[in-house]
Amino acid sequence: MAKRLVYLLPLLVFAGLAVYLWQGLGKDPGKLPSALIDKPAPAFDLPPLEGRMPSDPLATRHLATGKPQLVNFFASWCGPCQVEHPILNALAREHNVIVQGINYKDRPEQARAFLRRLGDTYDRIGEDKDGRVAIDFGVYGIPETFVIDGQGRVRYRHPGPLDPPTAEKVLALLEALQ
Amino acid sequence: MRLLLLCALALLLALPAAHAISPSEMLDDPALEHRARELGKDLRCPKCQNQSLDDSEAGIARDLRRIVRERLVAGDTDQEVKAYLVARYGEFVLLEPPMRKTTWILWFGPAAIALIGAIVVWRIARRGRRQLAEGPDDPFDDDDDDDDDTGPVRR
Repeated sequence: MAKRLVYLLPLLVFAGLAVYLWQGLGKDPGKLPSALIDKPAPAFDLPPLEGRMPSDPLATRHLATGKPQLVNFFASWCGPCQVEHPILNALAREHNVIVQGINYKDRPEQARAFLRRLGDTYDRIGEDKDGRVAIDFGVYGIPETFVIDGQGRVRYRHPGPLDPPTAEKVLALLEALQ
Repeated sequence: MRLLLLCALALLLALPAAHAISPSEMLDDPALEHRARELGKDLRCPKCQNQSLDDSEAGIARDLRRIVRERLVAGDTDQEVKAYLVARYGEFVLLEPPMRKTTWILWFGPAAIALIGAIVVWRIARRGRRQLAEGPDDPFDDDDDDDDDTGPVRR
């Protein structure tokens, strides 16, 4: 009888594997973890978005201000950026979140039109013409949003458009970092 | 036969077309370009995930190919180029995971499973030979002396 128990072994292995793989099913393989979590934001110094008022540049030194903030990569040519933009506006207007914008591979006049149409609640906007700063942040698709703590360290990264549940999570994290 | 060979040849010729590198991206120095190609094969496009940097048409892959070449021209070793990208995109960009305690199951798991399978097959085969020599068991003998309890049908 004991010998026959061996035949149950494949079933057990299958059950274990099934549970393990089942857990993976809900995950989105398109969402990569950031390599920068808990590391200082990469060094960069970007010129301001041309023609925007106020025309402040955006550099690493503007991230470590003692207050946690968001860095949002966006572009006028990016559809999901339009989708998430109202959420960014709400975070800035209703919850006083500081949102820094990095305009990725865009034309300034089109970026300005995008902001006129959808609202401009960014604190500063840097122009990342060749996408180099995005690569330093490990960005692999627009939009992406980073939570930066008061010391200028990356604490969270959300690839893809912000949705209400993610915005809640981001708000909670920002509050915890205060 | 000749037609078959021609077809095979045509397929072979089609292979290099999988590269997405445009001539304008290439380096003038053939040795450096060769290293860039070797690196491009080992690095993953973070956007398209199952394509290497060299195979991908994605804008980010093109940007990363340019950075690989920039780093090589600047004098980086292959390892340094990989480290540069890993620092930004994580180990995910390496198509071959690094050998480490936590990745042993990735590296040796398939070989281990194949080995277990081979042992099982070998044991079954050996038993089959022994039974051939001894003659089949009595199918109604239920004393569990042997593992092979598939019943009378197969014998």
